Amino acid sequence: MSNEYMGYFAIFFSAIFTQNVLLTYYLGMCPFLGASREVKTAAGLGTAVTLVMTCTTVLNYIVYKYLIVPYDLEYLRFIVFIIVIAAFVQVAEIVIERLSEKLYNALGIFLPLITVNCAILGVSLFMVIREYTLGLSFFYGLGSGLGWMLAILAMAGIRQKMTKSRVPGPLAGTGIALIIAGIMAIAFMGFSGVIKG
Amino acid sequence: MQEILTALIVCCAISTGLAILILIVDATIGNYGECEIDVNDGAKKLKVEGGQSLLSTLKSEGIFIPSACGGKGSCGLCKLKVTAGGGEILPTERGWLTDDEQNNGIRLSCQLKVKNDLKLQIPEEYFLVKEFKTEVISIKDMTHDIKEVTLKLLEPSNIDFRAGQFMQIMVPEYELSKEEVYRAYSLSSPPSQHDSVEFEIRLVPNGICTTFVHKYLKEGDKLTVNGPYGDFFLRDTEREIVFIAGGSGMAPIKSILFDMKEKQNKRRARYFFGAVSKRDLFHVDTMRQLEKELDDFTFIPGLSGALPEDDWDGETGLITEILARHMSSGDNTEAYLCGSPGMINACVEVLKAKGVPEELIYFDKFA
Repeated sequence: MSNEYMGYFAIFFSAIFTQNVLLTYYLGMCPFLGASREVKTAAGLGTAVTLVMTCTTVLNYIVYKYLIVPYDLEYLRFIVFIIVIAAFVQVAEIVIERLSEKLYNALGIFLPLITVNCAILGVSLFMVIREYTLGLSFFYGLGSGLGWMLAILAMAGIRQKMTKSRVPGPLAGTGIALIIAGIMAIAFMGFSGVIKG
Repeated sequence: MQEILTALIVCCAISTGLAILILIVDATIGNYGECEIDVNDGAKKLKVEGGQSLLSTLKSEGIFIPSACGGKGSCGLCKLKVTAGGGEILPTERGWLTDDEQNNGIRLSCQLKVKNDLKLQIPEEYFLVKEFKTEVISIKDMTHDIKEVTLKLLEPSNIDFRAGQFMQIMVPEYELSKEEVYRAYSLSSPPSQHDSVEFEIRLVPNGICTTFVHKYLKEGDKLTVNGPYGDFFLRDTEREIVFIAGGSGMAPIKSILFDMKEKQNKRRARYFFGAVSKRDLFHVDTMRQLEKELDDFTFIPGLSGALPEDDWDGETGLITEILARHMSSGDNTEAYLCGSPGMINACVEVLKAKGVPEELIYFDKFA
């Protein structure tokens, strides 16, 4: 495999495992804690995040490279990225509602909520800081989305099992969820060194 | 300077470009074209433009489905049976529908978007529902917190309804509410009165509609109402009737009693009306007059907290206690209740203990 392909591969897998946007940067915590009670809703939200993250990272790359950089407007990237994400979510909602009612119902109310998910904005900003190319941005967005989905699915699986266990009163709910998230993050650290990304 | 201008222009350009993109996508992909709505197995076929909620689509076709929140999915009133084309039940509907309703195709019409041909069942009485432009011709104080409002119907100028039904009043934007809202009130005028309608409206602190009516509405104002709605009307049987009401719950009972008088209904009827003190009683003279005019009607007002100056020699105690004292056996009795949920639930228990079958207890709860 040539070096170029290795680069894509490394970015993709490190985004999922070693540099997981949720478990190493703790971005997108709010929906992670709020919508991880059931595997089904977690899967819906995870799919929506993956879709939006992949597409908006690519879109933001294009906007950044061809509009923001030429006019020296780097300081405006936060607001511009958010506008692009919001518009994309709107368009995606209209299109999905038309094309697949099943997917639309599965994503449900999550799609519009993703507009304000900080993991999405975070990934676009990392893409700028790390100076990825268009191809790398695509794989980085896709990997980060899948990584986020993996984390919330694992969390939902654990929490579903947890309903049967006796949690000390003061820790019930969000408290124990944060502890689980911490332990999961430590577990994900085990991947570090596997890929040099 | 130039830097600021560039920033502004680029930001505006991006926003405008994206807005145009959304508009184009909405007009092309989001365009569902013409859809056909089949109502009541072919009784009515409507050709409508897709893309809007079922509630507003039907409204533009002149069919009014009861809804208190105006389509925000927060009142759960606009239920309809959709037999084909509705798709899956949305997460925003689930909370309002029982398992039975979900299995039977009941949907919230404000959440369901018309995207393809639909088949629905709409109860016949909804077709009688119309929107009326009215003018306030009188506002009278009945008690310290209840006003009787009379509206003259302008367009259309006539209404047909069954005694006991309710209408919705549209409250326009004003200080307490930033948008139009609809609130339901029982008609207190008899069905024989076709050209005007009457409501008894009690002031609820910070209530959007009640405050509007009590503090802002004046004689001569224009008001939009729609209706009639509801299945709280006298059943056509030979059983004895027990009416129970409190506060503005007087309204539908008064309408039913006048209707009984006009139709020369000879059934035995007793009417328990609960109030705190004398200042909460109203229409007592009207009821005494009806006692004379109806064959077998007794009005039994009761005070739960009569004041010394009230000089009250009638019934005292909670409405449930008065009811229990007066009712011997609930056989051959049906009951009509109107008032607060707390009062209704307590009275239903008493009626059941007296032997009135649950299916013969009809009520109209003010939620």
